[in-house]
Amino acid sequence: MANIPQKVVHDYLRHDKKFPHVWCAGCSNGIVLGSIIRGVASLDIHRDDIVMVSGIGCSSRMPVYVDFNTLHTLHGRAIAFATGIKMHKPHLKVIVVTGDGDCTAIGGNHLIHAARRNLDLTVILINNNIYGMTGGQASPTTPHEAFATTAPYGNIEPDFDICQLALGAGATHVARTTAFHTQEVQKMVSDALTHPGFSLLEIVSACPVIFGRLNKKGGPAQMMKDMRDNSIPLSAVDKLPPEKREGKIIRGTLRKEIMPEYTERYADLVARVAAMGEEA
Amino acid sequence: MPKAKLESQKKAPKTKAKVAEVEVKVPGPLEELEQKHERKNVLMQGNEAVAYGALDAGCNFFAGYPITPSTEIAEILARELPKRGGTFIQMEDEIASICAIAGASLAGAKALTATSGPGFSLMQEGIGFAKITETPCVVVNVQRAGPSTGMPTSPSQGDIMQARWGSHGDSPAIVLYPDSVKESYELTIRAINLSEKYRTCVVLLLDEVIGHMRESVLLPDLRKTRVISRIKPNVPPHWYKHYDKDQKYLSPLASYGEGYRFHVTSLTHDALGFPTNKAAEAAEMMARLRRKITYNIRDLVQIESHQMEDAKIAIFAAGITARSAKAAVAIARSEGIKLGLLRPLTIWPFPDEAVRKMLQDVEAVIVPELNQGQFIREIKRLTRDKSEGNVVGLTKVNGQMLTPNDILRKVKEVM
Ligand SMILES: Cc1ncc(C[n+]2csc(CCOP(=O)(O)OP(=O)(O)O)c2C)c(N)n1
Ligand code: SF4
Repeated sequence: MANIPQKVVHDYLRHDKKFPHVWCAGCSNGIVLGSIIRGVASLDIHRDDIVMVSGIGCSSRMPVYVDFNTLHTLHGRAIAFATGIKMHKPHLKVIVVTGDGDCTAIGGNHLIHAARRNLDLTVILINNNIYGMTGGQASPTTPHEAFATTAPYGNIEPDFDICQLALGAGATHVARTTAFHTQEVQKMVSDALTHPGFSLLEIVSACPVIFGRLNKKGGPAQMMKDMRDNSIPLSAVDKLPPEKREGKIIRGTLRKEIMPEYTERYADLVARVAAMGEEA
Repeated sequence: MPKAKLESQKKAPKTKAKVAEVEVKVPGPLEELEQKHERKNVLMQGNEAVAYGALDAGCNFFAGYPITPSTEIAEILARELPKRGGTFIQMEDEIASICAIAGASLAGAKALTATSGPGFSLMQEGIGFAKITETPCVVVNVQRAGPSTGMPTSPSQGDIMQARWGSHGDSPAIVLYPDSVKESYELTIRAINLSEKYRTCVVLLLDEVIGHMRESVLLPDLRKTRVISRIKPNVPPHWYKHYDKDQKYLSPLASYGEGYRFHVTSLTHDALGFPTNKAAEAAEMMARLRRKITYNIRDLVQIESHQMEDAKIAIFAAGITARSAKAAVAIARSEGIKLGLLRPLTIWPFPDEAVRKMLQDVEAVIVPELNQGQFIREIKRLTRDKSEGNVVGLTKVNGQMLTPNDILRKVKEVM
């Protein structure tokens, strides 16, 4: 039993891609990739019908390794490319893999508008609180007072709550967990993929090599333990006194609501226009 | 890469690129117009002609953001595309627009966007993406006076060099430039055809005056244009190379969702589409991007030679400025001055051969343009035997057109 998931992952990796991958030892990205694959494998979706789209960043290097239709685009623009793919072939399952900088700084505009439209995309945002690829500059989710190479005296900016941002923009499915909670990631990925509308899945993750070093987080294993110890499930939040909730990562599905989906609305429009033509 | 895979790829049959040319199948908007109008002549705007041309070329995806003087193209396609089951989407900005059309194209759509200067600037990174990934798409830029927000409803030919060099890195460009409403229709179809054939982003530059001008066009004349669609792979998925090469560097293109499961990246890549840092593979990719243009110059370059046979003085001009130049030629000829006009319909790749011949044949060349001297740099690049003094510029950047008289005055100055 124990090695079955591993085989699943192996089965979904591209063997003509020259491994090893680009990620540092101890990085969460590979763990998240494993969970995404298991989440996909738990569903009855043919891999020909899956497109994985990413922007630019460490996390955005993911598509090249998996045996789906894959697209590695421009920094911040994954959702815009994904919009084109989904609108032209609505039957495809489009997964966007993106980073906190990619999706909430340079790509923030595309995020809020895809959420507003309720376009059926599964956006998996790997939030490592830093610009990993470019070597540790501050991102919109770098915590207040944390260090980054462009915040050498500590970050004076407040940070984004990504899930609140997505909720505010109208995302119909919003969930959060951490890279430590692999089973939860897997479950949330399959939930998001079966949700008929815009899903945002925030996966809080560890970048031990850059964020960890700059902020003395104690290495990969310690950062994993921190994700375990500093997070609480949504179901437990109400039972805790406010001081115990302070600074905790809340894991769980924050919203799941069925609303009219954008490609369906567009199909309705096409049908309506066709009917008008017949009447005329 | 495992050896076995390489072996199997070696066995892949060499497929000769054969671009499918088919007649327009669905009744296009022009056919509808023809049925509505008794006369076969209709009054049409340049932007309308672009929208109808796009539809007749099989464009089934438009993503864009409103901007004067191109907005009519989006408005017409918002009305017409849903009637044909195509997709229209108004994006949040021009960056999103170019990215959405590239994504749609990779999923198999014939995709187009339309914009003007400020939006064209925002699209540059996406245009580079379409070039490096060899993704067919068309960007229409109805030029307005700049820099920056400039004069939104005034004509300018300020984006000639931007259309060539605007996106960072070094890559060739295909840019077409109509001079009339009729030609706007024809060159829109040609732009889509070339983007499909050469797997790249093709830019159509319009002058504001042409975009907004209404001219009488003869409909049956227009509908003769042929339509070209990308070649689809005919090999099994494990043999498919996204950047396969044949002798002309035009390779088949699969779409997402058809079982090929290929990878596309904006990074420098190998023939399979995977990122590479190897010098040889990087050089090969760059050569491929360049060669597919340079090996096909004859197919790409189109020029109009007007009264050039016996010309002593030639004008080199494009778009609306060429219209004024044509009028100047007529006046000059009536006064016995041997004036001719060389007009590029394809401005990039630059018509080097025709310009070299012109430089040999005439005593002086006048280059009128609505910018501070962009075409003239290319012409001076090609002067070999003659002194550059025989190439004379004429520019205007106040938001107004160059008139036939402006051009005639310059002709008389150099005589
Ligand atoms: C337009 C543009 N600006 C800047 C960059 C440089 N750049 C590459 S990745 C990156 C940040 C990536 O951070 P994030 O999205 O958080 O992903 P991570 O690497 O942390 O996974 C930046 C700024 C770029 N490639 N393109
Ligand atoms: S820099 Fe950070 S995010 Fe990037 S691969 Fe290394 S550990 Fe992972």
